[in-house]
Order: sequence, then C-alpha cells, then structure tokens
Amino acid sequence: MDLRFTAEEIAFRDEVRSFCREKIPAEIRRKVSEGRGLGKDDVVTAQRILNARGWAVPHWPKEWGGQDWTPIQRYIYTEELLQAAVPLPQQFNCYMFGPVLATFGNQAQRERFLARAANLDDWWCQGFSEPGAGSDLASLKTKAVRDGDHYVVDGQKTWTTLGQHADWIFCLVRTDMEAKKQRGISFLVMDMTTPGITVRPIITLEGRHEVNEVFFDSVRVPVENLVGEENKGWDYAKFLLANERTGIARIGLTKERIQRIKRLAREMPSGAGSMWDDGDFRGRVAEVEIELKALEITQMRVAAKQGRADSVQPDPASSLLKIRGSQLQQAATELLVELAGPFSLAAPARGGGGNNPPGGFDWVDAAAPSYFNNRKVSIYGGSNEIQHNVIAKGILGL
Amino acid sequence: MDFDFSEEQNLLRDSVERFCADGYPSLEARQARTREPMGFSEANWGKLAELGVCGLPFSEEDGGFGGGAVETMIVMEAIGRNLAVEPVFASGVLGATAIRLGADSDQKARWLPGLIEGTTRLTLAHTERQSRYDLHDVATKARREGSHYVLDGQKSVVLNADSAGLIVVSARLSGERRDRHGIGLFVVPADAPGVTIEAYPTQDGGRAAEVAFANVAVGADAVLGDSEDGLPLLVRVAEHGIAALAAEALGSMSALHALTVDYLKQRKQFGVTVGSFQALQHRAVDMLIALEQARSMAIYGAMMVDSADAAERAAALSAVKVQVNKACRFLGQEAVQLHGGIGMTMEYIGAHHFKRLAMIEYQLGDTPYHLRRVADDGGLIAA
Ligand SMILES: Cc1cc2nc3c(=O)[nH]c(=O)nc-3n(C[C@H](O)[C@H](O)[C@H](O)COP(=O)(O)OP(=O)(O)OC[C@H]3O[C@@H](n4cnc5c(N)ncnc54)[C@H](O)[C@@H]3O)c2cc1C
Repeated sequence: MDLRFTAEEIAFRDEVRSFCREKIPAEIRRKVSEGRGLGKDDVVTAQRILNARGWAVPHWPKEWGGQDWTPIQRYIYTEELLQAAVPLPQQFNCYMFGPVLATFGNQAQRERFLARAANLDDWWCQGFSEPGAGSDLASLKTKAVRDGDHYVVDGQKTWTTLGQHADWIFCLVRTDMEAKKQRGISFLVMDMTTPGITVRPIITLEGRHEVNEVFFDSVRVPVENLVGEENKGWDYAKFLLANERTGIARIGLTKERIQRIKRLAREMPSGAGSMWDDGDFRGRVAEVEIELKALEITQMRVAAKQGRADSVQPDPASSLLKIRGSQLQQAATELLVELAGPFSLAAPARGGGGNNPPGGFDWVDAAAPSYFNNRKVSIYGGSNEIQHNVIAKGILGL
Repeated sequence: MDFDFSEEQNLLRDSVERFCADGYPSLEARQARTREPMGFSEANWGKLAELGVCGLPFSEEDGGFGGGAVETMIVMEAIGRNLAVEPVFASGVLGATAIRLGADSDQKARWLPGLIEGTTRLTLAHTERQSRYDLHDVATKARREGSHYVLDGQKSVVLNADSAGLIVVSARLSGERRDRHGIGLFVVPADAPGVTIEAYPTQDGGRAAEVAFANVAVGADAVLGDSEDGLPLLVRVAEHGIAALAAEALGSMSALHALTVDYLKQRKQFGVTVGSFQALQHRAVDMLIALEQARSMAIYGAMMVDSADAAERAAALSAVKVQVNKACRFLGQEAVQLHGGIGMTMEYIGAHHFKRLAMIEYQLGDTPYHLRRVADDGGLIAA
C-alpha cells in the first residue's frame, strides 16, 4: 500500500500543472475561479489550446485523439485542470457524445463528428430530460417515427444545458411505442438548425441563461443520424453515465474554491483583524478540507480499481463520489457566502453604473450566485436521492 | 400563557394578508414591482400606509396605531409569505424603531407625520467595510463645528437607500474605531449636500446602496438621544430588526414548505407521486420540525424584544437569529432539492423564497456570529 504518486506521476502532474497555468489565458481562469459566467468563446478557446496539445479528449480511444493514460493519470489530469480553474473540456462533446460515438457509432459517423467534437468545432448538447421524465428518464415521450429514409421527431426536451450555443443535439427518443419503457428508446443526433426545432431559454435562479427547453415539431432527421441500433439507446445512455467515473467528485474544483477562500479570508476584515484570524471560521474551512481529503483517497481507490475491471455498468461506488463530491462543492460555496457576509446581498448587475463595489470588495457580488447555482450539482446527473437508491440497491442489496 | 392573537391583531393580519393578495397575485406581479425605479410600487406603499403599517409601532398619542412587537410580527410574516418588496423592514422597522426609541418630542413632531403617512421613508446605515456585524465598529466620523455636526465616511449595503428620505447613520464623535462609547446616531436627509447614494439590486429582489458622506453638515437637532452614547439605541434597533426578520423568515418558510409538500403530492415519476417515497416524506417532516422550531423562536423574539433587561434581551435575540438562520438554510436547500430542476429556475416562486431566506441569514448577523454571542454570554440556561 502506498498513497504517494510515483515519480512518473509527479512528473506528469507537474507537466499538466505548468501547461494549465502557462497556456490557458489568465482571464478565462479568473472567470472560472470567481464563479462568473463563461462565454462560449472562452470555452472554445480553452478547449482548442488543450486539443492542440492532445489533451482535450485523453480518455477517448487512441485513434480518435485519446491518450494511453492510466486511471491515475486521468485523475491527475482532471484535478489539475480544476485546480488551475481551467474550464473542463465541454462535457457533452468530450465525456458524453464522443465516447458513445467512438464505441457504438459507425465509421462514417466517427469520421464526420469526432475530430470536430474534440476541437469544439461543433458544440453538442444533451437532450435526455423531458418535463415528465427527470429521475424517471425511461418514461420519456419524445418520439421518432420512421418515414422513408427519415425519422420524424415530435416532442420536447428540457434543462438542455447551453443548448443556445449548440450546433448539434444528441437525444434519447422513443422509436417503438409498444415496447416496454427502456426497450423502445433510440439514440438520435440532430442538427440544431433543422426546421421544426425551437429553443426557449430558462433562466436559472442566479439569473443566468444556462438551460433551455427544446421543442421538436415534425423535425425530419435523416436515418443516418441514428447512433448504433434502433431501440438500443438505453444501453448507450447507461454506457454514457458509466463512462466518466473518475473526476465526478470534482475534488480539484472544491480545492480551488477552498484555496481562494483562504486567500480572500486574509483580506476580509473582521473584528480587530481578518476573517482568517477567526479560529471558528478556520475550523469550518478545515472541516471541509478534511472531508475532501477523505474523498480524494476514496476517489483514488475507485480509480485504481477501475484500472483492473472494465465494465460498461456504472460502478455504484461512483454514486458515493457523486453524493459527497457534490455536497463538498456546495459546502465550499456556503463558506464563500459566509465570508462575503453582509456584502453578499449585493447583486452583480449593480445599478447606477457603480464602480464602487459593496464594501470595496470586487468579488462579493458573485458569491451568492455561485451558492445558488451550485444547488444544481445535487440535482443533475442523477439526483443525490437517486444515487442513494443506487447504492442501497447496488452495494447494500436492499 | 396565551399564544392567540387578539381580535385587533386578527383584523390587522387579515387586512395585511388582503393587501398582499391584491398586490402580489403572482410571481410576475412581484417581479414587475422589483423592476420599478425604486424597486417597489409607490402606490402599494401608499396602501400600506393607509393600513397603518407605517405608523404601526408609534403610540396613539404620537399619532400612530400603538402596535407592539406582535403587530410587527404579523405584518412581517405576511411580507415574508408573499415576498413583498416594499421597504417595510428598512423604513417601518429599522428606521421607525430608531425614531420611536430615540427621538425627543420636537423631533417626533418633525418626522412622525410624514413617516406615519408614508410620505417620508427611512433607512438605517450601519454596515461598514470593516464592521461586518459589529454595530460598535464605526469608522464613519462625526465632528462638532459650532452648532452643527459634520459627517464623513462610507456605509455599505444600506437597504432601500435610493428611496429613503431620511437616513439614520451611526458615526463616531470620539474614541477608537471599535470603542463602544463615542458613537452617535444622526438623522440625515438623503438629499443633503455631500451624500452620495450608489444603488443596486440585491440578490433577493430588493434594493440597497453604498452611501458616502463627505462633509455632510447636520444640525444638533439631527442627533437621536446622546450624541456619544448612541450604541445602546442602535443595539435596540437591531434587536427589533432581528425580531422582524425572524417573522419575515417564518412567513417565507411556511410558504416554501407548503409549496414543497404540494409539489411532492403532484409530481409523478416512476408512475407514482414522488411524495410516496419515504425518503422524501421524512425530509418534508424534518422541514416541518425546523419550521415549527423557528416559529417558536420568532414568537420568543417578539416577546423578548421589549424586555427591560438588556443582557437577557441580547441573548434572546441572538438565540432567535441562530435558530431562524439555521432553519432558513435547511428549509431553503431542502425545498430546492425536493423540487428537482424546477426549483432552480427564476420562473418558480419557490426559488425566490430560497434566495430571500439565504440572504436573511446575512442580515444583522449570521449564525456563527450570534452563536458566539449566546455562548460568550453563558448560554440561555443558568449553570
Ligand atoms: C442546471 C441543470 C442542468 C441540467 N442539464 C441537463 C442537460 O443538459 N440535459 C439533460 O438531459 N438534462 C439536464 N438536467 C436535468 C436533470 O438531469 C434533472 O433535473 C434530474 O434528472 C432530476 O429530474 P427532475 O428535475 O425532473 O426532478 P424529479 O425527477 O421530478 O425529482 C424531484 C425530486 O424527487 C426525487 N426523486 C425522484 N425519484 C425518486 C426516487 N425514486 N426516490 C427518492 N427520491 C426521488 C428527486 O431526487 C428530487 O428531489 C439539468 C438539470 C439542471 C437543474
């Protein structure tokens, strides 16, 4: 047993670390760190820099741009990006669509889409959830009816993250109305400019345009846009969920947040000194750090195990990482609001053209929005309640 | 013991609830109010004044309605339940309490008519860059010049300052920044030369401002009470503020809990209502427990806020804020979580309750701040 990285792993870590800090523009990393919204351009810029280095899609098969990394290397890579506040490669392209297409798509589809997805030439979004199908995804109703060499798609998706930027959407659609729930579902991709597709923004509670509703009204989609076999889409969706198991806990992200809180606490006056002089506050920060250390080791235990097994089934242990990881991401944003204290009331759209931030602190207006927005991490990607169910069933056999 | 409202109190509750039902029929109506220039509807404010809300705490001989802490609680609970944005808290609670407890008869004669009619609004400017929640941490300076006082300094996150006519400001005449002595409370017209107000929206749909005072001259008659011993008055104002925030939080939490339970009964997944899952039932029950504990503490706050024993009062109101803050966070987070995605959207009123509750935590002292005060004072149970 040895918890230390090997010399090669340390060298790799240092290489990723310096690349992130030297090559990704500081302005983009600042926005990520401060929890301010990124523009599409920022995400594209960062991803192309990574892609040029061969690091946008390291977990893809080698022939499509992947790297032969060990699970520990992949873990190091993700954590270093997060800690340097580099935006992760666009998740729908790189962690969802790409792996599914590389595994289940045909050669023509791979050639058409994969390199463009890796370079973010196409922006992909995920059309799984529907108004009536959230946790119970398999009850989805959007249907695709075969008509010659097209499918005709009717229905609605919702919560489509950054669909407003998207060139393409990958959807789960019902192709067999008779079959039981999971069986009649297919994995279909659509060009967002196809007639009959409309996108309506949903503004999330912190005030940003992050998600959308997407409506499909007799949308004609060529059959060659079907990925894999008809009615096998549920298997591909499960593979998709199983695919990105390392990094799900976003430990690096929470670490970065904690580092920032420690920095800011030294500059935030309290009593006769600063917030960092307040032992109780330091204790609350330390509590998160301790829990995070435990999760980091848990995550590496899971990653090391993955090095051996290679299953397309989601590992129930990844549910554990998701639950605690999301809670710690949220705990860090709560500490940030506590630090901003009375100044956290001020909203970002400061009226009156004020260049005079509340109390003179230029970061405090982004603290509460980041707390508000991070409530999502225990809801999406399978809510924490669903993850509890997965563990109860899959690990405990209850 | 009697936990029931009197007949008059029931009447007051009914009329305020009716006002809110008319003024806040929907989330859209509420959001439209927040977009008005002052962040609320002037007409609605006028209606509140007609109902007596602005003159509520003043005695009948002062021209008010002779209401006490329970009446304030009734009003603030309705404000919270409906997420009303009129500056009842800033003006009717903080500002009015400062005047009620601090003004002499000449000052009352000068300010009360406008206050009670609702034509003059007040606010309280106490937070500074370095003060956090310490009311005695005052760097804003006051100096005497002949028969005048001159104020210099900066106040932060002053609620509804852009629609206030008068600002009650804490400023230091003597002593060091964190001395408890040497602080005065000054009533400054918002349009006095040297006052600059930079207003902005707040996270919860309200308004606040950074307020700068540069060589602002006010007369001796602008001082509330003792010009160098104003801290006890400021403390009392904050205690009334905490009692009012507790009631507002209670109203908001009751509404949010009801919305959540309703949603659990309606939302279907896996062929059943999600409320049929025991895991969620227990969460809704824990929310109810937190809500009832907060209700009890809001009542306790209303009962203790006029106690003559300053030490007992301070401990009680700090305890109230701790309990209510914890409930705000727990209930707010659970409500969003149990709603799933819908709880994350601006289009859903529950999300606005969540945000308001989150911000109440950071007004007039957060949980660690008040917890430490209760602990440092030896707790609530004598050893
Ligand atoms: C910000 C954000 C971005 C998103 N982005 C995308 C996207 O890009 N693409 C996409 O397809 N989807 C996306 N989603 C949707 C997300 O996956 C769903 O919100 C999630 O699956 C939950 O579904 P729901 O919102 O319908 O909640 P519901 O399923 O209605 O759940 C309501 C509550 O019931 C609980 N619950 C449900 N079933 C059970 C059970 N069996 N046992 C116990 N508790 C249960 C839930 O945990 C939750 O607390 C996004 C969501 C958010 C909030």
